Amino acid sequence: MFRMSETERDMTDTTAHPQRWRPASAGRFALAALPWVGMLVLAPFANRVEPYVLGLPFLLFWIVLWVVLTAACMSIVYLTDPRNRTEATR
Amino acid sequence: MNAALPVLVLFLLVALGLGLWSRRGKEMNLEQWSVGGRGFGSIFVFLLLAGEIYTTFTFLGASGYAYSHGGASFYILCYGALAYVLSYWLAPAIWRYAKRERLISQPDWFVRKYRSRNLGLIVAVIGIIAMIPYLQLQLTGLGIIVEETSYGSINRTAAIWIGAIVLALYVAISGIHSAAWNAVIKDIMVLAVVVGIGIYLPYHYFGGIPEMFHQVQAHQGDFLKLHDPAHDTGWFITSILLSALGFFMWPHYFGAIYASKDEKTFRRNAAFLPVYQLVLLFVFFTGLTAVLVVPGLSNGDLSLLAVTRHALPPVVVGLVGAAGLFCALVPGAMLLTTCATMLAKNVYQDYVPGASDTRVASLARLCVPLVTAIALFLTFKGGNAIVNLLLLGYAFVTQLFPAMITSLLRNNPVTKWGAGAGMLTGTVVVAWLTLGGHSVGEVFPFVPSSWEHLNVGIVALLANIVVCAAVSAATRETSRAAADAVERPVTVA
Repeated sequence: MFRMSETERDMTDTTAHPQRWRPASAGRFALAALPWVGMLVLAPFANRVEPYVLGLPFLLFWIVLWVVLTAACMSIVYLTDPRNRTEATR
Repeated sequence: MNAALPVLVLFLLVALGLGLWSRRGKEMNLEQWSVGGRGFGSIFVFLLLAGEIYTTFTFLGASGYAYSHGGASFYILCYGALAYVLSYWLAPAIWRYAKRERLISQPDWFVRKYRSRNLGLIVAVIGIIAMIPYLQLQLTGLGIIVEETSYGSINRTAAIWIGAIVLALYVAISGIHSAAWNAVIKDIMVLAVVVGIGIYLPYHYFGGIPEMFHQVQAHQGDFLKLHDPAHDTGWFITSILLSALGFFMWPHYFGAIYASKDEKTFRRNAAFLPVYQLVLLFVFFTGLTAVLVVPGLSNGDLSLLAVTRHALPPVVVGLVGAAGLFCALVPGAMLLTTCATMLAKNVYQDYVPGASDTRVASLARLCVPLVTAIALFLTFKGGNAIVNLLLLGYAFVTQLFPAMITSLLRNNPVTKWGAGAGMLTGTVVVAWLTLGGHSVGEVFPFVPSSWEHLNVGIVALLANIVVCAAVSAATRETSRAAADAVERPVTVA
């Protein structure tokens, strides 16, 4: 993974740690990578009609599940990202 | 005369009125016209970024795809969600730099980052070639929707002309503001209509959504999974990947990002937008209902309208048509604004240094009828070539991705020569593979059979990256010296 200067640089938080790669932000990247695994890597294994889950054919259920999990992952990323706190209290 | 017609006319007038009204109190310089003076709040930004989900392409296309290809259509749900994950980091980065450098178009980004107006021109041309067929598709969709939902009392040609004139009129006057305000009406309409018919139709015909799936399964075998060889899992994965990467490379999306007032909006949206697009589920439900109710349509894109007309009274059909109308007009307004801005800014102003900003702003608005006229011409005269161009659109804009991403790095290893050569290689490869009708399996006979139907855009993207890396390596020294002279001093730890 490459270093992202513009993306991870914090323009507002002057108390940011000096090192660029913080464990917390690596954790956020890992969370954001999960949906890619669920939808792309695991999709071939979900390509089936049965069993039906919540009335949906399995492939569709699998995709809907991952769309919801994507939202969940990104919510956690949002809530744990210090950049969102500093701006909120401004 | 039927009850659907007044509904359609009413909503067209609402679109026009709102479009014209949206410019009130603004002094329309180019920044205000193209990117809303960078003052859009979170609701507008949310709606503009969600806009890609509900164009006529998804309204008619997603139901049509479900009708024709079953399970393969579910890929549409995936790429949006993944694109929004990327947007958490990508959109704020784009926004910050654009604000600092006062960028108003996507080519501006490349002009600034790579210090090359010629690269900007290449990006502008690729963008315009990708966007005009997309605009043309919105107009064609509008024509189909109005003709079908007015029960033929307004024919397709008349509908397209009326729609295009209304669109060009309010875009020339209000620019991106017209798209933003109409997007409010659009999303309310689409939510109500799509969810409404997506639930009602399966109940009406089958007694429920699960029952509908069971019926489809009983009559059509494995229709609800990836079942035909041309849409296998290799196709599924590469198409999702390509579309997810290309999603934010559409030039009009850059415009929507530039228009935001703050960057926090983007990060919040990354959590909301994936769920919001689940509304597409109801479009699938409608298309799959149509599989059994109105089988054998030659054009699957008509399935949503056909099944709606089959089951519902004219007033409701008119409302469906009105929602579809907005689905064409809102993206149409964004595409027109963006095309016109790129022509005036990156094709004209960057090459005529003396051109004043007021002159460029008026030129951009004059380009609106011009671009509309080109799209109209292609709509009526283009024939099949345009369908091909449209398939190319996503694959084209995705070719901007590598040079875009590396330009975010502190030390960009890609030079302007590498970026330009890579983009051109990628677009040529896409055009050759698609227009020639070649599949990956044909071009590379040695690949395993599971790879034969990979999306050709991915192949082009790989070629792009290879050429970009090679040319960058060869031209690095000269470019580095030139760039260091202008770029802010950067300290490397």
